[in-house]
Amino acid sequence: MAEVKPAARPLSPHLQIYRWSWTMATSIAHRVTGTGLYLGTVLIAAWLVAAASGPAAFDTAQWIAGSIPGRLVLFLYSFSLMLHMVGGLRHFVWDMGKGYEPQTRMAMAKFSVAISAALTVLIWIVVLATR
Amino acid sequence: MQSNSSMRTPLGRVRGLGSAKSGTGHFWLQRVTAVSNLILTVIFIFIVIALVGRPYPAAMALLTNPLVAILMLLFILSACIHMRLGMQVVIEDYIHEEGPKVLAVMANTFFAIAVGAASVYAVLKLSFGG
Repeated sequence: MAEVKPAARPLSPHLQIYRWSWTMATSIAHRVTGTGLYLGTVLIAAWLVAAASGPAAFDTAQWIAGSIPGRLVLFLYSFSLMLHMVGGLRHFVWDMGKGYEPQTRMAMAKFSVAISAALTVLIWIVVLATR
Repeated sequence: MQSNSSMRTPLGRVRGLGSAKSGTGHFWLQRVTAVSNLILTVIFIFIVIALVGRPYPAAMALLTNPLVAILMLLFILSACIHMRLGMQVVIEDYIHEEGPKVLAVMANTFFAIAVGAASVYAVLKLSFGG
């Protein structure tokens, strides 16, 4: 039998085709922040192992965390955590079969970004105030 | 004759496990750990806030507290299960070739267990007296 080449079928449109919307952005952000948090657990584990290794290792870890790049990473990590956590709350709503209406979806997406930004700022106010 | 036009065998329907043979196990565990993560993450943030910038003795006083240690262990367990499930979905979405996909899913499991084991070891060592 002659080799049959698959026909050049049209592919489903990808990211660059769609108009950006809040629901699309937060959906992507949920996956990106999840991946970031996943990789960041290495830093949490390293920090805990440093604490278990003694004063010298712990002070070094604390110094790295307190440096400018360290604080930047911690800030991004805390924001990612809040975005993923608040974004995850929307999934609970959807799992209960609610919140699928266009206006509700859009409102929940915007609201989740605002809430997680506010929570991140709150965390850092508490951190800086209690130092 | 059955009016149901399903291609699935009656036994397959009864077992309800689908082609992946795991049913809704993955989905459900992802939700269960999402709920526990929600509670434990809030607690973990308070613990971290209490620790940042603290010198060694003050940090140790907190980390050796049994309640703090137990909550940290629960957080590590819950987070590692949740992130392993989540990353598996990401891998299955983007890696289509069977070999690399199986390897990546396996590496994902190893990563989650390694991070979890290192963290649990550290917390236990601290909790049991450094």
